[in-house]
Amino acid sequence: MTEAALTSESAAATVEAPTRSAFALRALDVVIRSIVPVILALIAGGLLLLALSRNPLTFYGQVWKSGVENGAWQDSAILMAPLLLIAAGLTVAFRANIWNLGYSGQFLLAAALVSGWGPSLVQRLPLAVAFVLLFVIAGLAGAIWTIIPALLKAWYGTNEIITTLMTSFIAIDLANILIKGPFQDPTVTIPQTRVLPFSDMLPSIPGTRIHCGLLIAFAAVFVVYYALSRTSWGLRLRIMGANPRAARHFGVDLKRLIVTVFLASGFLIGLSAAADILGLWGYARANWNPDYGDTVIPFVFLARLNPLGVVPFIAFFSVLSTGGDLATAEVNLPTDFMLVLVALILLFMTIIEWLGRSRPLGTSYLTPGLKQALRAPLAARRSG
Amino acid sequence: MSSLLASQLVTNVFWTSVIAGGLLAGVPLMFTALGEAISERAGVLNIGLEGMMLFGAYAGFLGAYYGHTVWLGFLAGIGAGAATSLFMVVLCVWLGLDQIVVGIAITLAGGGITSVLQGAEFGNTYPRLGAVSTAPIPLLRRLPVLGRSLFEQPPMVYLGLAIVAVVAWVFRSTNVGLNLRAAGEKPEALDQAGVSVKATRSWAALTTGAFAGLGGAYLSVVSAGIFTPFITQGQGYIAIVIAMLSRGRAGLVLIFSFAFGVALSLADSLQIAGINLSADVVNMIPYVSIIAALIIFARSSYLPPALALPYVRGAR
Amino acid sequence: MVGITKRYPGVLANDGVTFTVKRGEVRCLLGENGAGKSTLIGILSGFVRPDAGSIRVDGASVQIDSPRAALDLGIGTVYQHSALIPALTVLENLMLGDSRALRLGVAAARARLAELAGSLGVDVDPEMRVADLALGAQQQVEIIKALWRGSRVLVLDEPTSMLTPQGVAELGAVLERLKQQGQGVVFITHKLHEALTLGDGITILRQGRIAGTIDSARMRSTDHEELRDEIVHLMFGAQADVYAEAPELQDELAEGHEPTPHRHGGHNEVLLELRNVTAEGERTELGVAEVSFDLREGEILGVAGVDGNGQRALAEVIAGQRPAARGEVLLFGAPVERLSVAARQKLGLRYVTDDRLHEGIVGSFPVGINLFLKRIGQPPFWRRGRIQRAVVDARATELVREFEIRTPSVATRAGTLSGGNVQKLLLARELSFSPRVVVFNKPTYGLDVKTATSVREQIRRLASIGGSSLVISTDLDELVELCDRIAVLSRGRIVGVIANGHGAAEEVGRLMVGAEAA
Repeated sequence: MTEAALTSESAAATVEAPTRSAFALRALDVVIRSIVPVILALIAGGLLLLALSRNPLTFYGQVWKSGVENGAWQDSAILMAPLLLIAAGLTVAFRANIWNLGYSGQFLLAAALVSGWGPSLVQRLPLAVAFVLLFVIAGLAGAIWTIIPALLKAWYGTNEIITTLMTSFIAIDLANILIKGPFQDPTVTIPQTRVLPFSDMLPSIPGTRIHCGLLIAFAAVFVVYYALSRTSWGLRLRIMGANPRAARHFGVDLKRLIVTVFLASGFLIGLSAAADILGLWGYARANWNPDYGDTVIPFVFLARLNPLGVVPFIAFFSVLSTGGDLATAEVNLPTDFMLVLVALILLFMTIIEWLGRSRPLGTSYLTPGLKQALRAPLAARRSG
Repeated sequence: MSSLLASQLVTNVFWTSVIAGGLLAGVPLMFTALGEAISERAGVLNIGLEGMMLFGAYAGFLGAYYGHTVWLGFLAGIGAGAATSLFMVVLCVWLGLDQIVVGIAITLAGGGITSVLQGAEFGNTYPRLGAVSTAPIPLLRRLPVLGRSLFEQPPMVYLGLAIVAVVAWVFRSTNVGLNLRAAGEKPEALDQAGVSVKATRSWAALTTGAFAGLGGAYLSVVSAGIFTPFITQGQGYIAIVIAMLSRGRAGLVLIFSFAFGVALSLADSLQIAGINLSADVVNMIPYVSIIAALIIFARSSYLPPALALPYVRGAR
Repeated sequence: MVGITKRYPGVLANDGVTFTVKRGEVRCLLGENGAGKSTLIGILSGFVRPDAGSIRVDGASVQIDSPRAALDLGIGTVYQHSALIPALTVLENLMLGDSRALRLGVAAARARLAELAGSLGVDVDPEMRVADLALGAQQQVEIIKALWRGSRVLVLDEPTSMLTPQGVAELGAVLERLKQQGQGVVFITHKLHEALTLGDGITILRQGRIAGTIDSARMRSTDHEELRDEIVHLMFGAQADVYAEAPELQDELAEGHEPTPHRHGGHNEVLLELRNVTAEGERTELGVAEVSFDLREGEILGVAGVDGNGQRALAEVIAGQRPAARGEVLLFGAPVERLSVAARQKLGLRYVTDDRLHEGIVGSFPVGINLFLKRIGQPPFWRRGRIQRAVVDARATELVREFEIRTPSVATRAGTLSGGNVQKLLLARELSFSPRVVVFNKPTYGLDVKTATSVREQIRRLASIGGSSLVISTDLDELVELCDRIAVLSRGRIVGVIANGHGAAEEVGRLMVGAEAA
């Protein structure tokens, strides 16, 4: 079938200039597409609870109580810090059609380094300097850990989903080895690092218990937004994400771009580990994995890979998760139930997207290049 | 020190355990990877394989635990896997939604749901299944090393080998195999030849789910004898790598599965040989070997051109 | 087909079309690009369901709701874009979808292949991979596949776009044999002379409607010149004279003419030169090997050749998207290996790609941005890495006006523009900022006559101010009308460069075939 028939010149379709009401309609459309999946997922989760003979009202009620009331909103806000940074890191990668799924490993490795070197650094250096240094170390750790997947993809087109996942598993084991080995707290038998005294952790935002890591997170989100929408690097990134072939046509150095995107993504994820350790925990345990990345992914998609747009979603999920910790215990279920809710959100999002679409089937709401991520053959060693 | 190491490695016991362990860990991989090979050939990329394996593992465990026979476990696993892949079929093949996003959702759901169900069913206990009976081959079992490891395996293993052969035959000499190939290479051509691309891909995806479920069931029922949350630990993704490296050749799936199975089970074998490496180091081995394999074979993997692309008649 | 109507969003593709094919007749469906021919054929072959109308085969009313249904009715179609799978062998392609049995019927397939090949008078090796076949052979395989299940009507969608002039003659012979066997043939084309030469009857489609019919009796009794005038009037009505010179509308294969004297590039400076350039192809596409030629100031050099003989590799290696494995590309006398696409752009080397929608633009970006995507990071549009929106919008608005791009605004997503306007966008981008050497890859492919004519005008205008063009095209008529010299690309090699003039078309055809036979 030739394209000519479908883009008929002789009866050229003219697109109407968007009127103000059309714009408002589109905005409403976007809002609906983002909110409805969440609502549906919560309802479906409630049904699932009923099926397991648990009371959904108790569950969601407890979520609200433990997530917002009585100052609990501050705990939710604290959770936002690492989540936002990871969301920023994932947004950068996904917009470029790069599936950096190694966030767990990147996070844990950076966390191990920060909690291992943290205690001695804060004692030897002025606090502010130590913090900056630790954040940089964490970012670099995350970035460096993306190098192998980055090079494999840039040079051989190797599928990065696999490589980032595999390196992630390696990093998780490596982090454990570090925590149990050189970073082990010599004064205790539990496998964990030394604990930072509260006075040596990130200062709080005045008037709250929230550490300033949250401010760093907001700053990072804004930087990502600016970079993507206004800089030439961001434009090249978006072109590569929309269409790698066109990127070549426009002279984008794909190899270099792939590597820089990976590094940026890994760096942000490393930063999130620093914020979490230095702001909240103060130490790291072996075999610990808060699984932030898994739960952030759907919201990154829901926000249409928009770094600013993801903030309200992360806020929502922070409340849900903080409240959910106690709520799942209340109904006697493992905390993994939250993963189910998250998966439901993803699922409903894809369905709503399909239902609400007026464009022909087969096009995706994601940058078109993302779904081609694995189409580019592994044998693509031709470079442009 | 190194000669002590060497002498410990040369024992029969060590090699027997390596081979046996390789099979134990490799069979789940083999089934799953075989299924994935079928899907990939048809242009469907199943990132949700990990989730399907988990569903199969849990269902298989339940089936064997309550049904008191491994075969019910296997059947349950197959059913669970196929049911999960039905989601994939409806959302991706029929509705043309993004295969990767749906795959991620299935994996997250797999981990979360099975963990929740396990907790709901068994609370904090993790019941164990008894050892699985084997079907030893009469004469061959007397061979040293190979006898006890290769030829005293549960009947499912031999069945599995037969299945591999059948799949290879289907790929090579049947219309089904040709249709699968066409769906992956150039679905428009298949459509124009009058064969439904949707149907072809749907059946391929369902078969993959069934195989993955079987792989998961074998894992929990035979290899581990237990179900713990996230028991697959990334084996679904390893299976995807195996499928990619094998380029659609069933025989290669067998070989790679065994090789990675050895990597996965090396911890136990080393312990038997008296070599004590930390668990974390040994855990890394399979993943490091995957990366190594990907680096070495980076240039030569081949994926069908229409992989992961939804096909819609008449649209571009 | 009676009263067929089909609507797409914003477009009425077919409007009450009625169309008949008789046994043993070759009926031509003639119309310019975008007239609705492909939609009609899509309906006939089962890919598209009509909104209204009916279809009758051998007098009986039928419903064609899937490709399989069409095949079962004996309607076999050879599509414009190959329906063969390159990685598979000829036999595998032919067996595809043939039977519902489990095992592949290899022996039976071989027999049928031999039978059909014999009846068509062609020779095909069943075990060869389709990717390795010459294009004429590929088309023969496609025809065999269309006839595989025994057919009544063979539909050919623009078959000659893939053929050398000699290949067209061979196709004519095959059609003759088919007619003798009582087959009906529907032949779709946008080239008038093909319709006159190969058809027994012509139905003319214009903007979705039947504009007129010429039956076999009239075709036999009237001479070509008169028919041509009549047809052109039917196709374009009052505007006939405006387009009368377009190469698609000539009544014979274009003759070739002396290039206008002031452009005869004999003494002018060489702007672009290729010396022994070899570049690899991608996947199943051919690359180029040991290509050498030069391009002078003010010259229009054509590259003729059947599609898939290395055109893309040639264009990309010149533009900088693909590295040259061997040999040198020289721009203004200096080698450009190290220069990136952007750098070559700045020097004045431009590339208008044939893949407009998926490579030439980023559909989801606005028109304004698309116009400057080859200047990312450069002032005045970017300063220190940051975009200057006001400058971009202002300059974009100017370009849209200058090149007559029909778009609601510069902020509209480029992907929503029609094919012709996308091409205008590409031209606006590549032909602005002092172009010196421009590579055009299939610039008028798929465009309606009006836009195609304006594109050719742009090329001529470029030449008149001293710029040089390399026009890669599969359309021989166009090349003969436009170019000063024509190079022939076959199997990745330049097998000859001839000066335009009397008999150029035949010479090109000979070169193409000679290389194939070699």
